[in-house]
Amino acid sequence: MSAINLVRIALRALQRNKLRAFLTMLGIIIGVAAVIAMVAIGEGSKESIQSQLSAMGSNMITILPSSNVSGGVRIEGASFQSLTIVDVKAIQKNAEHVSAVSPVSSTKGQAIYGALNWPTSLQGVAPSYFDIRKLEVADGVSFTDADVATAAKVCVLGKTVINNLFPSGESPVGKVIRLNSIPLQVIGTLVPKGQSSFGQDQDDIILTPYTTVQKRILATIYFQSIYASAVSEGTSAQATDEITEILRETHRLRPGDENNFQVRTMEELIKTLSSTSSLLTVLLTAIAGISLVIGGIGIMNIMYVSVTERTREIGLRMSVGARGVDILLQFLVEAIIISVTGGIIGVILGVTTAQVITLTLGWPTIVSESSIVLSFMVCALTGVFFGYYPAQAASRLDPIEALRYE
Amino acid sequence: MNSKILELQQIKREFIMGTETVRALKGVSFDVHAGEFVTIMGSSGSGKTTLLNLLGCLDKPTAGNYLLDGVDVGNLSRNELARLRNRKIGFVFQAYNLLPRTSALENVELPLFYNPSLSASERKDKAVKALEAVKLADRLDHTPSQLSGGQQQRVAIARALVNQPVMILADEATGNLDTRTSYEIMSLMQDLNKEGKTIVFVTHEPDIAAFSNRTVMLRDGKVVKDTVNENVRSAKEALESLPPADDY
Repeated sequence: MSAINLVRIALRALQRNKLRAFLTMLGIIIGVAAVIAMVAIGEGSKESIQSQLSAMGSNMITILPSSNVSGGVRIEGASFQSLTIVDVKAIQKNAEHVSAVSPVSSTKGQAIYGALNWPTSLQGVAPSYFDIRKLEVADGVSFTDADVATAAKVCVLGKTVINNLFPSGESPVGKVIRLNSIPLQVIGTLVPKGQSSFGQDQDDIILTPYTTVQKRILATIYFQSIYASAVSEGTSAQATDEITEILRETHRLRPGDENNFQVRTMEELIKTLSSTSSLLTVLLTAIAGISLVIGGIGIMNIMYVSVTERTREIGLRMSVGARGVDILLQFLVEAIIISVTGGIIGVILGVTTAQVITLTLGWPTIVSESSIVLSFMVCALTGVFFGYYPAQAASRLDPIEALRYE
Repeated sequence: MNSKILELQQIKREFIMGTETVRALKGVSFDVHAGEFVTIMGSSGSGKTTLLNLLGCLDKPTAGNYLLDGVDVGNLSRNELARLRNRKIGFVFQAYNLLPRTSALENVELPLFYNPSLSASERKDKAVKALEAVKLADRLDHTPSQLSGGQQQRVAIARALVNQPVMILADEATGNLDTRTSYEIMSLMQDLNKEGKTIVFVTHEPDIAAFSNRTVMLRDGKVVKDTVNENVRSAKEALESLPPADDY
């Protein structure tokens, strides 16, 4: 029997039961659409995290103190004090692949202006921090190395702080705010950066020279972290190695000693985040995949019902000359038509759903070609796989008994 | 009219039901020549159905030879049997067995779908001709539910004819029909027989057997009588002799 005849016979059989064929198809349609929409959401969020990270400066390197053994006791990283200005200077001087470096000494505090106050984070940094973090001054100026040297009582405000301390919209530049009873003169404001991918408000910040925080507020010589920036994204691995080497030297670590600091590049962070969102994608895909399998089982179920219901038809077809293989192919082609048509509709629906999600909810979505191809192939295979057993059952019927079936 | 279409030589068919062996046919022999109109008669349990299944190549004998148009059926595989059914036999069933929600034309086309050498237009031509032969040319697009019992059976006969088989095998083809319609069907059968079709008609109604030119009587799996009917009753005349019905 020719392929055209097969398809024609299968189509006619499906036409006789349009509603049932459609309902069976619905399982596949929803399965495929779910796979495509879910993967699109997953990929979209991955992409948006990545683009946010590169906006943060993807050649950025973060140096943090890490846990270390002190007299046999392991001490938590953040409380361990190991990074000092010596490290910063050494990196500045010796690291060839590092273009900028800035210590960070931060504290929490209540910023006060007039009758208004706002709890925020005060970050003591070097002027180079603005380059490293891609921060821009909107209004006024940034502080200078001279301000650092004198531990000047000046600061640059983030948008959130401004909104809370200067709600009337007046320019904060030139005003004096107080933080933990220390007066700081506002010399500039930052261009808003919005939320980070971690949901952190990047504008809820006051920047001031690190010496100001260290000497006037915390009275410490240690930094919470050091930020550096590699000459380019490609050299961040070399820069990491250099920094590690320099810090081991300044920390006087013997060969074999564990590092008492950790150097992180954004690359690693990007990887970590992508793997997190990859996991998300995998999870979403798995859930969607399950619905596809359920759709397949729906096909199998209906095909079995259809074989039983059409036993006489099968008997008749056999009596007029259909071979077992003709019957097998007929039912298989029916199953494939259902799954492939369902697949096509599902692809259209999935792509539309992704676009609707972007338009209504504002979530970024990326419809990947691979998810279309994959889900389409899976559903075609589902048709073959779940259609095969009922079809085989049909082809093995005895024509005599099938003809007498009531 | 001398070539043998069917040759049955000592056909035996046994079924194993659990521990018992049921001997449905205990050595049946007869020949059917081209152009004959044979009725096979017998009460239920006589082996009629078993014989019909064998004649229709739906089943194979346990012992003995069955030659259909010179081909020994006993040696054929399932697929070869299917091909044989497609090319040499036209079935007419008691319950018509038409595909529901499918037009008369498509129902008649059905056997041709299993003949790969035919194109779509040839298929349609043949089906239309077959329907014309059973005088249903004006009902091509009607589905079975839109046709009367007699019309449905005529569609079934057209389906049996469409492959130009060597034999039409009818299984109680008038069993579901009233007398008048039965006579119409028999009249059609007689016309087809006159055109040279070999017909084997299984029935238990002696009334129907009278329209054929030979009757093979089965009892307990054996042929008990094989008589040539000297004065064949004309179905057309029988039809005319019926009192006129209101619905015609």
